[in-house]
Amino acid sequence: MADKVFYAMYDDDDVLKDGAKKLVSKGVKVTEVFSPFPIHGIDPIIGIKNTRLGIMAFIYGLTGLTLATIGMRYFMIEDWPMNVGGKPNFSYLDNILAFIPITFEFTVLCAAHGMAITYFLRNKTLPGMPAQNPDPRTTDDRFVMELRVSENSKFSAEELEKMIKETGIVELDQKSL
Amino acid sequence: MHKEAAIREPLILGHKTYHDITEDVCKPIEDKAPRMWYVLFSIALIIGLYGVGCILYLLGTGVGVWGLNKTVGWAWDITNFVWWVGIGHAGTLISAVLLLFRQKWRMAINRSAEAMTIFAVFMAGLFPLIHMGRLWLGYWVLPIPNQFGSLWVNFNSPLLWDVFAISTYLSVSLVFWYIGLIPDFATIRDRAKKPISKKMYSIMSFGWSGRAKHWNRFELVSLVLAGLATPLVFSVHSIVSFDFATSVIPGWHTTIFPPYFVAGAVFSGFAMVQTLLLVMRKAMHLENYIHTKHVEYMNIVIMVTGSIVGTAYITELFVSWYSGVEYESYAFINRATGPYWWAYASMMTCNVVSPQLMWFRRLRRSLIFTFIISIVVNIGMWFERYVIIVTSIHRDYLPSSWSMHYPSHIDIGVYVGTIGLFFVFFLLFARYFPVLALNEIKTILKSSGEYYKNLPDDHHHGDDHGHVVEEVKAEAAPVVEETVAPETETPEADSTEEPKSEDNSDEESDTEEKDETND
Repeated sequence: MADKVFYAMYDDDDVLKDGAKKLVSKGVKVTEVFSPFPIHGIDPIIGIKNTRLGIMAFIYGLTGLTLATIGMRYFMIEDWPMNVGGKPNFSYLDNILAFIPITFEFTVLCAAHGMAITYFLRNKTLPGMPAQNPDPRTTDDRFVMELRVSENSKFSAEELEKMIKETGIVELDQKSL
Repeated sequence: MHKEAAIREPLILGHKTYHDITEDVCKPIEDKAPRMWYVLFSIALIIGLYGVGCILYLLGTGVGVWGLNKTVGWAWDITNFVWWVGIGHAGTLISAVLLLFRQKWRMAINRSAEAMTIFAVFMAGLFPLIHMGRLWLGYWVLPIPNQFGSLWVNFNSPLLWDVFAISTYLSVSLVFWYIGLIPDFATIRDRAKKPISKKMYSIMSFGWSGRAKHWNRFELVSLVLAGLATPLVFSVHSIVSFDFATSVIPGWHTTIFPPYFVAGAVFSGFAMVQTLLLVMRKAMHLENYIHTKHVEYMNIVIMVTGSIVGTAYITELFVSWYSGVEYESYAFINRATGPYWWAYASMMTCNVVSPQLMWFRRLRRSLIFTFIISIVVNIGMWFERYVIIVTSIHRDYLPSSWSMHYPSHIDIGVYVGTIGLFFVFFLLFARYFPVLALNEIKTILKSSGEYYKNLPDDHHHGDDHGHVVEEVKAEAAPVVEETVAPETETPEADSTEEPKSEDNSDEESDTEEKDETND
């Protein structure tokens, strides 16, 4: 089925936000918003759920903590208990103080890099990926709202266009897929 | 939109639009580099290459080319290492700690401060590596069995903690910095006209498109990374101080070291940020974004951390006497009155006296004064490390082995060389990277921009704001009196040029034409 996409361009983030609010209250589905900087408060309006990357960071951190503990226990207690100044490493708990700095550093290392890698993969932003913003000005000072006719079956393309035009746009682009 | 108290000085001066911010930040990258850039770059490169030559000579001959002797077995190398790591603390402090505290002024300086951090940590990392003598065996510090048998690296050793701390700090700062850079690279990519720069910036921008969901993730990732980097930045210099504090050398064996080193690191790091930014804002015409208020904020940080450092010096002196340990007291008396009294005196003057001058509002808002103090502070902080390291060991328990340390020309060459290399990196950054976090600055434009702050309250942003400009100008008595004078003139000039038409698309095509003619 041929789909039609509207790209409504705004020159102000607050106008776009008000416009999105108006459209959504009429039952229109806003597919995507492209903006040069984060528009605070747009996510709940267009139905974007909060990211769960924070939970992932916590899990990665726990992984790092566990790995560091297991590793240092093996290196320093089991495999080759070092005897420093007549104080041998008998048990992990007796020596835990010396292991805390590296445990902490490794936890942070895993949490930060794990989250960063997940972030890149989830966003599909990797070196050499093609840019997908509909207009090069959306990384400068323009804000674009994307609406699809197929996702708004309640309205005809003309009705949709009319409603978009009432929201203070500066340009309207259409594309047939 | 979040409203900010009118009494707060605006962070962005003049009547800037979103597009102006993009222009101001991207212009220096897109234009030809000024002649001064080439001059500075060549000087830095020559000094840096001389340093590389000294390092190669050192690696070929051995660590004996340094001015070390049996008693002073640790001098410039570790001094420079600690100095550079300390300088590298400001960037993460600015971007992470100030992000957690929601300090908006950080947005003008965080990008270049973080770049400075990363380059400073590169320089710091160089010193332990070349100290190994056999650089190519540097991977032996990783947890692999010694000689691939079963003896592991010593996890009880603060020097190994350092390996983990510095490498974690460097890589996490790098990732934090780069994640912030991606949307700004995308802005440059979408403006680039020459095929090579377009290609380069599109690779570096990772295909960033600015989708709402991506921004949602971006903000959370920045926040969590800031949360992780905050304890990290404090841990790194604490661990560096453990290199000394866990030893049993009088003068090193003190529990005050971790907080005192961290404060000193922030102190010297902010001083280096001031040195670099005061030049950069002028050279790249960013006075509207990094103005007197930003400089003043940083001077207050310098003043506070300088006072902490001063308190620590005096506490150390007091405790050395109060401890009743003969060797401990001697170490400190010798520091202040022994053959290295001049190093101690310079450290005291530069680090304790000079930041106290920042109590005077006139002085801390004076750009020239700030620039001088920022250099003085870094000289003082270098001497601090030199005093701690060399004076504590040059007189050991056996008077027959008392000695002095005289640096060889290789010592000096390696140190000066790292300063050259640091500036090579920083100048390259200033040339090819967006030096302001332009996408972050745009988010504070409406709450902290001078023009928007002076708008009457009932004004609605959705309207065309061309017609309000004149009346606002009349009453917009600039809140900042001492900020750079010529800049306060610009908004007026802008507003007269601005097309008065209701239709904004005209304005757009206007600017596009301008862009093309500029090419």
